Amino acid sequence: MTKTPPVDDWTTDFDIFDESYVKDPVPVWNELREKCPIAHTDRWDGSWLPTSYEDMQAFVRMVPALSSRDPLVVSASREEEEFDPILDEYGNSAPPITSDPPDHIPMRRLILPLFTPRAVEPYRPFAEQLCHDLIDGFIGRGACDAAMDYAVHIPAKTIAHVIGVDSGRSDEFVGWVRGLLEEGMTDPAKRIKYRGIIRQFFGELVDARKANPRDDLISRLLAQEINGQPIARKAVVGICNLLLVAGIDTTWSSISSALWHFSTHPEDRRRLANEADLFPSAIEEMLRFYSPVTMAREVTAEIHTGDVTFMPGDKVLLNFPAANHDPNVFEDADTVILDRARNRHIAFGIGSHRCAGSNLARMEMDVALRIWFERIPEFELTDPDAVTWAGGQVRGPRHLPFRFPV
Amino acid sequence: MRVKVNAEKCEGHNRCCALAPELFDVDDYGTATALNDGDVPAELEAKAKLAVENCPEFAIEYVRDSAEEQAK
Ligand code: SF4
Repeated sequence: MTKTPPVDDWTTDFDIFDESYVKDPVPVWNELREKCPIAHTDRWDGSWLPTSYEDMQAFVRMVPALSSRDPLVVSASREEEEFDPILDEYGNSAPPITSDPPDHIPMRRLILPLFTPRAVEPYRPFAEQLCHDLIDGFIGRGACDAAMDYAVHIPAKTIAHVIGVDSGRSDEFVGWVRGLLEEGMTDPAKRIKYRGIIRQFFGELVDARKANPRDDLISRLLAQEINGQPIARKAVVGICNLLLVAGIDTTWSSISSALWHFSTHPEDRRRLANEADLFPSAIEEMLRFYSPVTMAREVTAEIHTGDVTFMPGDKVLLNFPAANHDPNVFEDADTVILDRARNRHIAFGIGSHRCAGSNLARMEMDVALRIWFERIPEFELTDPDAVTWAGGQVRGPRHLPFRFPV
Repeated sequence: MRVKVNAEKCEGHNRCCALAPELFDVDDYGTATALNDGDVPAELEAKAKLAVENCPEFAIEYVRDSAEEQAK
């Protein structure tokens, strides 16, 4: 985790990479919602942190004044960018997450059909087999690291399977994505390094499929057109990069957060173990309570909102996790209620950038938790101090030492 | 009871179909539509209400049934 100077005043000097915020951001949100409710910081080149549900609903619709072209909080500096040979060859876009109108909708429509509920259902047996195999690997020991031995592999191997790349290399993919998103989040040089590795990997794959199409996702993307034109190679590489990068840390975080919750809240664990009907609402509640993703938007035109003014070049964080704890929208917002009936959470974002992989992520969470509970209904955390959290723009536990009866 | 999905607002979160598959469907691009012209049989009213209250885009609306109105 990045070491950051301590924060004295969260309203004027917040830091989403602060250790205590990464561990438990809820008290900070509650304080900010009462005091500001939009905090500012000069750290990391300056950004704004809204906290209310209403603001998030409004900000996602301010397009393109709040642009998606650079959705990370810490941007790479221009000098660093200039020396990157990968940029010329492959570009740095990851459409459609980095696109604005008018490109955004056509780009998005390329991938949406690949991830509808009906389109992801055929991957369920793969995910189920995978979860069983993973559990077979440690169940006899009566102990495991639920984040590293279980949760991480589910999205990594599933997305590799979906993209049509060797899922045997998934550990390598996880290393790349962590290099890019976790360690690279506050270290642009590192991010550029892993960006290069990932783009080169997909660049070669795209060229190979172009020469010899197969029945796989990359070939299907290459066969599509936008306005009668084939899709640029750069864009296909960008899309593949996005599918890998966006599909691993996020779902890993959600599955790990849910397992962390149930390992530390035995009443909820027993309830879910005994009431299988609760899985759908429990999963939505986990998504609400432990929403992993905070996106950033770049201000391109002055915006006056409430008492503050966003200036061009500022970053505005779409703090979906805080919105999902807003007491004006959610009753008993800071309590997990497994059968919460009214749960209009926005964990996958909202508006035209709603996570395109949300149906796949939900399927993976459903399989991961159902099979875990079926096979290991009783489990607990052995050492709370050994739990580590990744945070910043994707938050979730990265080590979860569990024990359970054999 | 009758419901309608506002296609301008719907972004394909698919919560409606998951909660009330009898009442909603999504197309390839994730846009939802209400099945059977949005007609909600009495026994599914609770489910329809759940869908309305869980849509993150506030895209599902109740529609006043004109026939019903006239009868009143
Ligand atoms: S829940 Fe709302 S946004 Fe999602 S598919 Fe249904 S109507 Fe559309």
